[in-house]
This record gives sequence, C-alpha cells and structure tokens, in this order.
Amino acid sequence: MAMSNSPAAATRPARWGGFTSRKLAPYLFLAPFVLLFIAFIVAPLVYAFYMSLYRDTLVGGRHFAGAASYIKVAGDAKFWGGVWNLVLFGIVQVPIMLGLALLFAIVLDRGQVYAKGVFRLGFFLPYAVPSVISTIIWGYLYGPNFGPFTQIAKAFNLPPPDFLSPGAMIFSLANIVTWEYVGYNMVIYYAALMAIPSDLAEAARMDGASPWQFARLIQLPLLWPAILLTIIFSINGTLQLFNEPYLMRALAGNTINSSYTPNLYAYSLATQNQQYGYAAAVSFVLGIVIAGASYIFTLITNRRRPEQ
Amino acid sequence: MTATTDIPTFEAARRRPGERRRSRIILTLLLSLFLVYSFVPLVYLVLSATKTNGDLFTTFGFGFGTNFNLWQNLSDLLARDNGIFMRWMFNSVLYSTAAGLGAAIFATAAGYAFAKFKFVGRKLLFALVLGAVMIPQTALVVPIFLLLALSGLSDNPLGVILPSMISPIGVYLMRVYIDQGVDDELLDAARLDGAGEFVIFRAIVLRLVAPGMVTVALLSFVGTWNNYFLPLIVLRSQAYQPITVGLATWYQLAQQGGGGGQVLFSIIITGALVSIIPVIVVFLLLQRFWQGGLTAGAIK
Repeated sequence: MAMSNSPAAATRPARWGGFTSRKLAPYLFLAPFVLLFIAFIVAPLVYAFYMSLYRDTLVGGRHFAGAASYIKVAGDAKFWGGVWNLVLFGIVQVPIMLGLALLFAIVLDRGQVYAKGVFRLGFFLPYAVPSVISTIIWGYLYGPNFGPFTQIAKAFNLPPPDFLSPGAMIFSLANIVTWEYVGYNMVIYYAALMAIPSDLAEAARMDGASPWQFARLIQLPLLWPAILLTIIFSINGTLQLFNEPYLMRALAGNTINSSYTPNLYAYSLATQNQQYGYAAAVSFVLGIVIAGASYIFTLITNRRRPEQ
Repeated sequence: MTATTDIPTFEAARRRPGERRRSRIILTLLLSLFLVYSFVPLVYLVLSATKTNGDLFTTFGFGFGTNFNLWQNLSDLLARDNGIFMRWMFNSVLYSTAAGLGAAIFATAAGYAFAKFKFVGRKLLFALVLGAVMIPQTALVVPIFLLLALSGLSDNPLGVILPSMISPIGVYLMRVYIDQGVDDELLDAARLDGAGEFVIFRAIVLRLVAPGMVTVALLSFVGTWNNYFLPLIVLRSQAYQPITVGLATWYQLAQQGGGGGQVLFSIIITGALVSIIPVIVVFLLLQRFWQGGLTAGAIK
C-alpha cells in the first residue's frame, strides 16, 4: 500500500492531524496520479512536439526546421492515404458493428429469447481475447495454407476465397474488429437500457404502441447518449487501428504496406527509418485528426438529435 | 439485475402466448447464428491446439486431427527457446497486475481529492483529466518512446508499467463513485474523533469504494494485458516482452517460413490458447464489476 501510515497516526490527538493536514491532504492524494500524468502524458507530448520542430538528416545531423514537418505531413500522400483507408473502413465497419450491438441489446433486454445469459456472455467473450491473438486466429482461418475456408472450397473443387487480396483485405480486417467489439458495445447499450424505468414500457403498452414504435420513439432517444459515446469510441479506435493490420502484414505484405494506417506509418518512421521528428509530427497530426473528427461528429449530432 | 426479469416485460404483456413463443424461437435462432460466429474462432483454436503440425495442414480445420497431440504441444511450447513462453506469461501477469493495482489506488486517491476537498486548481486539473480521456492512446505511444529513449528508460519494463498506471477514466469513475457512496458526515465524524486524513482514507474511504476500485483495476488489468503497441515499441529484449509481443514475433517468424518456422504453427496456436485463459477467467469471475465500469461511462 503506497498510502499506508504508521499505526500511531490513528491515535494522534485531533489538534495534530486535523487542521493543517486537511489543507495539504488533497495535494498529497493527487500527487501520485499527477506525477505519473506529467511524466507519461504531458512530458512525452511536450518533448515530441519539440522533436517535431527539428529535422534529422543523415549527413547534417539534427537542425531546427520550424513547422516544416507539419507542412510535410499536410501534403504527405502516404499519411492521408492511411487516413482514407480508415475512413472507408469505418464507414463500412462501424454501422454494422453498432447496429448489431444495438439490435442484440434490445432483444436481450426484452427477454425475447431463450438462454439470455448464454448470449450475453457469449457475445462478450471475444472482447476478452487480446486483439493480437484474435488477429492470429483469424489470420489462420483466412490463410491459404491450412485455413478451413480454403479446405472447404477445395473439397468442392471451387476456387479458394482470397481473403487477403487488396480488394478483400479491408473487409477481412473489418470482420476481425467487428468480431472483437460487437459484444463490448452491446454491454454498454444493455446497461443503458436497464436504466430505463420499466413503467415506461407499461405506459407505452397502454397507449397501444407496437414494440417497434416503443424501440424507436422511447428507447432510442433515451439510449442516445450511450450511442453517441460508442460512436465516438469507434471513430477513435478506427483511426488508431494498428495491431490488426500490423500482424496481417505477415500474411499479406504486398497488400498492407508500411503506411496502410497512420499508426503503422508513424511506427515505421520511428523504428525503421529513425525519422523521430517526422514520426512525432505524424503522431500529432493523427491526434488532431482524431480529436477533430470526434468534435465535428458531436457538432453535427447535437444539431439533429432525435426528438424526445 | 435479476429484478427486471420478474417484472412482466413490454413484450410479455402485449402478445398472446402462442405468438410470443414463435417469435422467441425465431429470435433465439437468429441470435444463435451470431453466437456461432462468436465461437467459431475459439473452437478452431481449441481444436487446432490438439493437432500435430502436420495434421494442421492435412486434416479439416473444424475437426480433430489423427492424433490427440495437445500435451505434446504444451510441452513443446514450454520448452521452445529455453522456456521463454512462461517468461512472457509471467511478464504479462506482472505488468497487468502492477498496472491494475497502481491505477486503482492512484485513481481512487485522486478521485477522493476531487470529490471531497476544495483546493486551488481543482476545476482546471479535473478539466485536464477529462481532456486526457479523449487523447488517443496510440498517438501517445511514439512520444512516450521518444522520451524514454532520451531518459534511458527504453527497454525497461517500467516504461510499460508506469504509463499503464495512469487511468484518467478511472479518476472520473472514482470521483463519481465517492461523490455518491461516501457520506461527508461520516468523514467529519472521523475527523472529530481525531483521525488523520490518511487514516480516514485508508480505514473508511477505501473500504466503502472497494467495488469501484475493482472495476478500475479490472479495466487497467485487461487493457495492459491486451496492449501491444506500447510494449512492442518500448521493449526490445525478448526476456522483458509480454505475451502479446512474444507470440506475435513467433507468428511473424512462422509466416516468413525460414529457419524451422513451419514447426512453430502448432506451438503458436497452443500458446494463443494458453494466453487467453487467464483473461477469460478474470472476466468470468469479475463480470459484475465489468458491467459497473461500462455502465458508468454510458449513463452519466
């Protein structure tokens, strides 16, 4: 226990421990968190920003370059190509994932199925599998070597499906992410549905509303904050995609290049090319793109919120 | 949670029994399809872990192999590269446990300060914490790597453990939790009795908010166990790497094929199976706390 105190403290008279330490106490309680916060969030950001203003060259060493790195990122086709890949990915994957999660949450909440607990747990279970392991498993399932889908196709003398081709890769990745996160989002919706008072359902029934009307007119507006939250989480997660494409590269190095996603790009700049300053600039711009996307999304949805 | 099942639901009250039963069966079948999808990769993993490397190629993926080779695979797994697998597992347990405990204690202490004390800079600091919730985690990885390289902490496990102990969302959750769950009068009574601030925190607050702390610990534990990008970039020595990084390295090696890479397939699959068991156990045991964490995020 970091906070433990000597046993004597408990028996100290009031005058000693009471007044002065009460003013100091909040700062001491905050200290461990704030120190770590400064060391591993504030300092890295400040230092990386400083680095991003310098330029590493093989011959001339490091010299100050001002905003040059940022101007370069702004016009870097590799960076924006990665962002564009993820925008396409997100447009396909996020609605499917959240739609399924919402549907399952509503069905489970109404108790319209047998063995409700099995479904709730079973859908959530993939979330317990680290994304690295999920990608390895799906990689083997997709694989042309001993993937079962290839085996089935061969057994029927059909051409084996190529999950790893340039055209199919984005869907293969979307499938992995959907598999991982449908249950997670479902649990968020489910929890929000449980908070809706049950007499609302009763009142809606008395008014002759159909289950569909009840879902659309009552549950959906009440779920809206939870839905917004999951959409923002999903936009965030999508634009940060790294683990899945990084590992799929081992299967399809030609399809997934080193700038397939912005994080892959920053990683390869920092570790393979030793372009630290530029890698830092890419990370910053990515952070800004993500924050901007979330912000714009919130603005749009605040304007047209479903009526309550 | 169980209370709602006793109340007649919207659906139950509205429809006639026969109609209800038919729609129940249809919906159960529909959801079962997705359940199959959720379990296919896991079933495949379990089946494959029982096969020899040769059987992986020659027998059907969703069936058993010609030999039941699980025990041999396990012993190969543990022997591979002088037993590095257990080292990776140990590292994952160590990093995740340290991150979970640290995050829970630090977030509770900070949440307590925000909930129950007035001090200079309170609003600003809390706004910073909330802002940090929105910082994309991976956008921090490269900056952390650069700073660690500067300070000589690169390839040091602390470079993974310490950043994982910061949980801004945990501070937020604990602040709400303490606001609602700890009575001011109780604290004042303890102060009148002469208890010092740390004693109050340890003897009263920690006890009252223990369930909330478990939630924060769980979120950080699972987050650290699943983390890949940060340890990948920070830790270079195999002996320091967690299981995600270790297995992924084997996977890439096997995929390149050279140097006996092919033999690795059954070992990797068995390793993947072993590596997910601890998290699944933690999940099943602590389900209640899990939902607590996600709910607090969703409602507010």
